[in-house]
Amino acid sequence: MTAQRRKRGVGRLDRPAIAGVLVREMTNFSSFWRATTFSSTVEPTIYLLAFGFGFGSLVSQVNGLDYVEFVGTGTVATAVLFSSVFPSMFGTFVKYQFQHTYDAILAAPVDTEEIVTAEALWISMRAGTYGCMPLLVAMVFGLDPRVDMLLVPFIAFMSGFGWACFGIMIAGLLKSIDNFNYVTSTVITPTFLVAGTFFPLSKLPEWAQVLGNINPLHHTVELVRHASLGWDAMADLGHLGALVLFALIMWRLAIRALTRKLIT
Amino acid sequence: MPELAIRLRSIVKHYGEIVAVDGFDLDVAQGTCVGLLGPNGAGKSTTMKMLTAQVIADQGELEVLGYKLPGESKVARAECGVVPQLDNLDTTLTVEQNLRVFSHLYRVGRSERKDAIERALQIANLTERRGAKVDELSGGMRRRLLIARALVHRPRLLLLDEPTVGLDPQVRQELWALIDALRSEGTSILMSTHYIEEAQRLADTVTIMAKGKAVAHGRPSELVARHAGREVLEVYGPPARLAEVEAAALADGMRTRRTGTSVALMGIESRNGKLPDGERRAANLEDVFVLLTGEEIA
Repeated sequence: MTAQRRKRGVGRLDRPAIAGVLVREMTNFSSFWRATTFSSTVEPTIYLLAFGFGFGSLVSQVNGLDYVEFVGTGTVATAVLFSSVFPSMFGTFVKYQFQHTYDAILAAPVDTEEIVTAEALWISMRAGTYGCMPLLVAMVFGLDPRVDMLLVPFIAFMSGFGWACFGIMIAGLLKSIDNFNYVTSTVITPTFLVAGTFFPLSKLPEWAQVLGNINPLHHTVELVRHASLGWDAMADLGHLGALVLFALIMWRLAIRALTRKLIT
Repeated sequence: MPELAIRLRSIVKHYGEIVAVDGFDLDVAQGTCVGLLGPNGAGKSTTMKMLTAQVIADQGELEVLGYKLPGESKVARAECGVVPQLDNLDTTLTVEQNLRVFSHLYRVGRSERKDAIERALQIANLTERRGAKVDELSGGMRRRLLIARALVHRPRLLLLDEPTVGLDPQVRQELWALIDALRSEGTSILMSTHYIEEAQRLADTVTIMAKGKAVAHGRPSELVARHAGREVLEVYGPPARLAEVEAAALADGMRTRRTGTSVALMGIESRNGKLPDGERRAANLEDVFVLLTGEEIA
């Protein structure tokens, strides 16, 4: 076998390399899927109950929508954020620092670019699934089903990919797992609060509205809400474009950050 | 097929001000086992990681199985197996699941996957424990699984980084038998170790590394003959007596090493003059290691 022949099929972003990392992720997931599914289902249910019965008793309608419709669709974005950014931040760091998993994977014909891509794909597939849980719970509380809601998993997937890459990038940049607290407090908490999830951006001060409009989670909220309650074609194309751009930028930044960490 | 499985020339690697590897050369001929011996901090692990492009050299030429690194590293890695110093198995998975995952990562074809896993289980003598979670395995079994994982795709070159570190003597000997069997089947092996006995038993040739440089290379017996002679005299006594014996031997042009409780005088077979009282023994690779690196062995 010549070197040239052996090289065939070994390039950048190889499908077998991505598939290999995905198989590893899926096989590992089979050992902890129950706990993840439990928290991904129970957490949004608690949010819906708390906000639905809490704020719902004070506010019956927001922007012309029943509050359960408003918060039920908004909580999808929160579920996507939590089920993508935390597993990617902590998972990546643990695999790097404590389990030395990446040393094993990089010894095989797999590059960092493929690791990041496959892990973000897997996490976003999970986010696409778990992101639908609040919608199902909201239906129990009175949200009407709609055929266009079938697009919600894809919206959640696209948003989840960006947030998974954001988490991988943070894990690549920070030296200690304790430092994740800074990111959680200064980025993730404001992100999910200033996204139009539980209250509309229009009620916030102007500077917060500007921040809200560049928040990728806000674009997720808007797309999910419109898929569930009625589209606004031009605006939704803009929201989708913002999510795609966010995912692409985060993907490249995550690859760069993790490569700098893994390859010295 | 290239004659050399590994060819390194003038490799340099800095970490800031620290020079980890400093003009290092290494050859591993096809089908041989080369031991990379050196004390902690000699640059062994950095060198091993360069061979999988997890560390990129600042200068020098690296070839693995005829592929130039780091550019062609990925295709080279497809034909290498790596046994790391640190256990990085997936601990919540079973033995078989670990092997299956790596059969995918190493691109074993679907039709060959089942046989490849069975073969790896047999090599590591873990067929009976295939369903056991890694958490339930002993230290020796985990090491065997690491080796099996590195062999699941039938690599032409095996890189072993301190393969028996931290294991008890019985398990170490089991692994030596396994490594020896692989070498006899024609697999090229590079094994970094700081266990002298391991290198002496398994390696066809040994490269001794100190402060990032290769300070000696050759067959273990040649290295011993070249640097420590045939016979060594171990002289025991209180520290003052040892210092006196050492000073006299050095003044007489002999090579010496301290072992803590004794001073060893090398190459005494060629000495005609009077020697101090002591115990004669054959020179060994440990004597060479200490002479050349200035460090005692763990």
